[in-house]
Amino acid sequence: MNEILVIDNVTKRFGGLIANSNISFAVERGKIIGLIGPNGAGKTTLFNCISCYYSADGGKILYEGKDITRETPDGICRMGIGQTFQIVRIFREMTVLENIMIGAFLRNPGRKKAEEKASEVAALFGFSEKLDLKASSLTISEQKRLEVARAMATGPKVLLLDEMMAGLNIHEIREAIDLVLKLRESGITLILVEHVMEGVMPIADKVVVLDDGEKIAEGTPDEVVYNDRVIQAYFGDKYHAKRRKNTA
Amino acid sequence: MKKGLVILLVFFAALVIYPFIFKNPFPRHLLIMIMLYGTMGIGWNIIGGYAGQVSFGNAAFFGVGAYTTAILLSKYGINPWIGMLLGCFFSSLVAVIVGYPCFRLRGHYFAIATIAVGEIVQILFTNWEYAGAAVGIYIPILEESFFNFQFHTTKLPYYYIVLAMLAFALLVCYAVEKSRLGYYFRAIKDDPEGARSLGINIQNYKLVAFILSAILTSVCGTFYAMYVLYIHPANTIDLWLSIHLCIIALIGGLGKIFGPVIGAFIFIPLTEFTRVYLGSEGQGIDLIIYALIIILLATLRPQGLWGIFAKSSS
Amino acid sequence: MEGVLAQTLASGLLIGFVYALVAVGLTMIFGVMDIVNFAHGEYLMISMYFSYWFFILFGMDPLYSLPAITLIMFGIGIITYYIAIRPIINAPMLSQIFVTFGLLIFLRGVAQFLWKVDYRMIPETLASGNINLAGIYIGRPQLVAAVGAILCYGVILWFLKNTKTGMALEAVAEDKEAARLMGINSNRMFALSWGIGIATVGIAGVLLSTFFYVFPEVGGAFCLIAFVVVALGGFGSVVGAFLAGIIVGLVEVVSGYLIDPSFKFMFVLALYLAVVFIRPQGLMGK
Repeated sequence: MNEILVIDNVTKRFGGLIANSNISFAVERGKIIGLIGPNGAGKTTLFNCISCYYSADGGKILYEGKDITRETPDGICRMGIGQTFQIVRIFREMTVLENIMIGAFLRNPGRKKAEEKASEVAALFGFSEKLDLKASSLTISEQKRLEVARAMATGPKVLLLDEMMAGLNIHEIREAIDLVLKLRESGITLILVEHVMEGVMPIADKVVVLDDGEKIAEGTPDEVVYNDRVIQAYFGDKYHAKRRKNTA
Repeated sequence: MKKGLVILLVFFAALVIYPFIFKNPFPRHLLIMIMLYGTMGIGWNIIGGYAGQVSFGNAAFFGVGAYTTAILLSKYGINPWIGMLLGCFFSSLVAVIVGYPCFRLRGHYFAIATIAVGEIVQILFTNWEYAGAAVGIYIPILEESFFNFQFHTTKLPYYYIVLAMLAFALLVCYAVEKSRLGYYFRAIKDDPEGARSLGINIQNYKLVAFILSAILTSVCGTFYAMYVLYIHPANTIDLWLSIHLCIIALIGGLGKIFGPVIGAFIFIPLTEFTRVYLGSEGQGIDLIIYALIIILLATLRPQGLWGIFAKSSS
Repeated sequence: MEGVLAQTLASGLLIGFVYALVAVGLTMIFGVMDIVNFAHGEYLMISMYFSYWFFILFGMDPLYSLPAITLIMFGIGIITYYIAIRPIINAPMLSQIFVTFGLLIFLRGVAQFLWKVDYRMIPETLASGNINLAGIYIGRPQLVAAVGAILCYGVILWFLKNTKTGMALEAVAEDKEAARLMGINSNRMFALSWGIGIATVGIAGVLLSTFFYVFPEVGGAFCLIAFVVVALGGFGSVVGAFLAGIIVGLVEVVSGYLIDPSFKFMFVLALYLAVVFIRPQGLMGK
């Protein structure tokens, strides 16, 4: 089975407002999926449905063939879906190492083992020199990276990253891109919800575009970029023109 | 760390020797109370300090422990040590019944619920004829022995029993802090949503913390019943007892193993002092002092006084 | 038998209105700034003492001293905010709980120190006496208190829905960040919520003092009832608190009548646990 995650006809309402309407797409193992769309398109709602902070009103979400629509966030983490938050939620009073250890404890109940695992992960993410710093003393981009490291320490197969690149400068975005690519190499499936186009388009294997609660396009970045509905809804004429000029 | 261990050993050695230096009842009684409150403070610290869920109802566990022991012994002649175990069982039950609904919600719901539970338990025991109602229960005097948990010629064995309880509580707390449990508790306190995203079932772990807290407090209730041999709702299930436990943990340092011990060594003599020296004229002054301690510490130094001691000892 | 039940229901209803008034300040402060004021009942106690001393020292009937005490309590609320609450607005919830709980102990301590633990009672007020309403005897003080509570509630609702300041308060409760962007000074709104919150519980205190003993611990029971009311009505919901106040009043009195008066308080507290379990957001909560 090559589809690790299937979003099947997911609908989510808030009172009278339909935030997601009959959205379907599949996520293939080991790929990077970009979930994009203008503000208010319903990206975050869909993300929260997948990460089980909301449970969808209609439709199903399947992970490795199992229905996880009614699971809890901690439940799916134990099943192998890790995630980060739009606004960083690190453990501010703990050290960098301790933050990663909290993740590592999931598969390594003993403290020694968890500490070893956490140190390994920390090294991968470039935190070896900062293990004993208080997490709140890190820069924002480091905090976001710590969040990814912490989630990786739980040993996930799928990683959901919510606006990982928002608020980062160009240099930091490049670092984040490298990080995502490195994660894919190690076999992780990634879903990126992004507002920053420059971050997603060059690396995504597939892009799903939402607008006004509906899926309006799905395909490779190139396909999506030339889709008329997408141009209209999201990119606007300016981006479209720029893109044309670049390819010409 | 080595140095810390040495200080710990010296501290316990001093506690062991203490009764040989102070032979009068009062200084011994004072230390017994300090160690008893220290033990309960450690219990409170596990739920309040580590897991970050403020409980104003731990007195209920103290009461359940005391009453279980007293009722079983006075009505059925059941050994108080068994009463202690059953007290732990019933206290854990109360913890689950209260914790299960309330831990799904944010912290203040829990804090309020614990007040409510403390009050409910007190009302129940005050009106429960079987348990002596407002008058309470006199514990039947048995022959003096460790097995019977009663000592009449000298109170010294009580001193060593509570010392052992304190050591036990410190050990439990140490084991918690150094294991996954402690890390998870702190993560839940720091950021519950973040903890959830890392696979932690926060409700279950809060329950575990609450049960540990209940057990450590319940054991103290049993001890108290056997120590004073007379219990009634006002000396066992009082909101002020719960409040004292919070203050003790807060003074010493929330989420620090020795915090409550330091807190008890400062707070219990303080209460004795205000009681003896201020008398009825100074009624209320003690409360004002407690209040200022709580407000100032919570505002200016939420990490408690522990840091000061830690600095001078490491 | 039927008469007794009717009598019981009537008194439950009347005290329910007062409970609603006690709780409205608590729910308002919570709604506006997400802080639970554990000392809420102690402010009730302080205002009952004001009412008592105005009567003893100046011979002023509670109904006459009401406006002055309301103003004083409003001031005390504002002062409390600036001294104790403002420093911990952004502190962890743990610190916030401890500080308002510290306030509770502080105010109780002050009351015990100044006035000892004696029970005091205003002997005779303008509201004293009974009324016979179609066979049901109703205490006039209870009736006056209930009517006062309803009036006061009406004023609060009118203020929130129809005045600029009131709407600003609601806006802050709805979304602090958005309110700030709209140019609403949330600091002043926080202070105002404490002023109004404490003033309303002050009014409730004066009304209660016409038929209730005054003593340093009187706030405890009322504060717990207020928590139950607020949880039942939905934290932050002003209208919810009104309905919940009535329900709590009825539950208390009826369970006292049917089972045993000494357990009535227990049923109110059990109601809290039940609400938290079954409908955590309360009747009207978000």
